[in-house]
Amino acid sequence: MTAIEQPRTRPLAWLRHSLVLARRSLAKTTRNPGPIINGVVTPALFMVLFLYLFGGSVAGSTADYLRYLFPGILVMGAGLAGMVSTGTNINLDLKNGVTDRFRSLPISRLAPLLGSVLADLVRYLLAVAILFAIGALFGFRVHGGLAAALAAAGLAIGFGFCLSWVTVFVGVLVKSADSVLAISFISFLPLQLGTSLAAPVETLPGWLRTWAEINPVTHVMNACRALLNGTPVGGTVTTTLIWCAALFVVFCPLAIHAYSRQQ
Amino acid sequence: MVTVSDHGFETEGLAKRFGKVTALDGVSLAVPRGQVLGLLGPNGAGKTTVIRVLATLLRPDSGRASVAGFDVARRPGQVRRRIALSGQHTSVDEELTGLANLVMIGRLLDLPRAQALRRAAELLARFGLEDAAKRPVAGYSGGMRRRLDLAASMVGHPEVVFLDEPSVGLDPGKRDELWQMIRGLSADGVTVLLTTQYLEEADALADAITVIDQGRVIASGTPADLKREVGGHTIAVRLNDPADTDVAAGILAKVAGRTPERSTRHELVVPVAGDEDFFEITARLREHRIGVSELSLRLPSLDEVFLTLTGAPTSAANDTDKPTKAA
Repeated sequence: MTAIEQPRTRPLAWLRHSLVLARRSLAKTTRNPGPIINGVVTPALFMVLFLYLFGGSVAGSTADYLRYLFPGILVMGAGLAGMVSTGTNINLDLKNGVTDRFRSLPISRLAPLLGSVLADLVRYLLAVAILFAIGALFGFRVHGGLAAALAAAGLAIGFGFCLSWVTVFVGVLVKSADSVLAISFISFLPLQLGTSLAAPVETLPGWLRTWAEINPVTHVMNACRALLNGTPVGGTVTTTLIWCAALFVVFCPLAIHAYSRQQ
Repeated sequence: MVTVSDHGFETEGLAKRFGKVTALDGVSLAVPRGQVLGLLGPNGAGKTTVIRVLATLLRPDSGRASVAGFDVARRPGQVRRRIALSGQHTSVDEELTGLANLVMIGRLLDLPRAQALRRAAELLARFGLEDAAKRPVAGYSGGMRRRLDLAASMVGHPEVVFLDEPSVGLDPGKRDELWQMIRGLSADGVTVLLTTQYLEEADALADAITVIDQGRVIASGTPADLKREVGGHTIAVRLNDPADTDVAAGILAKVAGRTPERSTRHELVVPVAGDEDFFEITARLREHRIGVSELSLRLPSLDEVFLTLTGAPTSAANDTDKPTKAA
């Protein structure tokens, strides 16, 4: 029997297939927007909470405090979007046989993974855009100019993207999607809150300060804060980029290796 | 380069271990193009592992396998162009509509959008899902999901289809519906590998049956061969009135050609050649106005098959006896 519609191999097939699968991932998000809502609502809640709890005591006024707080919230939003989506999605697909079907198709073995990661980029953009809107609603204004705002958004998204490879790696290795979520949640607290998010690290108690200074998220938040507020960035952007590169270089190959070997 | 082969797929001496567990211990199969092979065995026999090797998802430790003439280890790309896999879990996306699921597979198979849509609509119609095409799969029943999963397998006009326990979790009516559709595939010339735990299912669908247990082939042949080996159908009659026992036993003996066993509770059991005997017996019982409380024609259960073939019960002895065509 001859196939009627014989598939042809065309250049960039892997990219085209990844895009088809990215669309799948986004369509699933549209029908089941829970994770993305979570990725926006959680940081927004933290913003409101901190703003009115500490606004007066830390910065003197909530308006001044928002200027300090918001850039960190933005970074948290992008980080959270990456921590909750791809890792769990990949895990679910592996466990319920969807990945088997994809792997029995004449497409790149990595296309489902790339598709999910590509869809994540759209989810980050969405989360960051919504958070900017919420920030504006509470009176946050960018003082560093449009280019600096874009750079800050880019840094937040870039860091979220690089961090998400850690979750992808975990998602391939652990047994259930629930465990992926649990691991993400447990690491969320020290990673996102043990930072300069709510107050400058100099004001933190010794042990927390040590952690916050090591924590890469602190550097991303500091970089975004400087960019958005139009203050000198110092070495923060460079440190952020080095961290992004380090996370990516270590965890992307690990995740891809683990994913390709999965049987 | 095209390799011509008369076989839909074949394997030779497949072996695979997972740690200490031997999943496959030298499995050889060969199925002519367009035929249906039923791979029968209890849980953990190695059925799914065979499918995963043939579908290029798993590399065997030793042995070789080819599909449509292409070696699965050396030409996995060529194999994937010709196969479709429908796993134990239906692998369609809950959040997407039936139509979107099929269009996506078409797009992954490099069909242009319009063609992918056309193919999806065609398959939805064929598998009786037209009305549900635009509804998310989350609202589908188990039978509908199975049908959609099967439709998804067919998008690329595969030459060989692997169905891993396709009727698991379906009630008998839905199962018959699915069987019709599987028969439709083989009528189109598709080679099918079907795994099942039920002799009844293999008997209903397969041209040939291979029985495996603990990673080894323990029997193979046509369903008729196998039944001859393990004994064919059995009729069991339970009478309303114990006083009729002798007359009924006489009827059974005459039609079946051997003396029925008298089990307790006034039940008579006798092996028969097939359903013709069954109808003959029902007719004669009626002639003699003998009332029955139970009357059944059944195939030997998987356990009975194993008992006969190996002299030992199935390694996973949790397969319950399933009565087949109840009268």
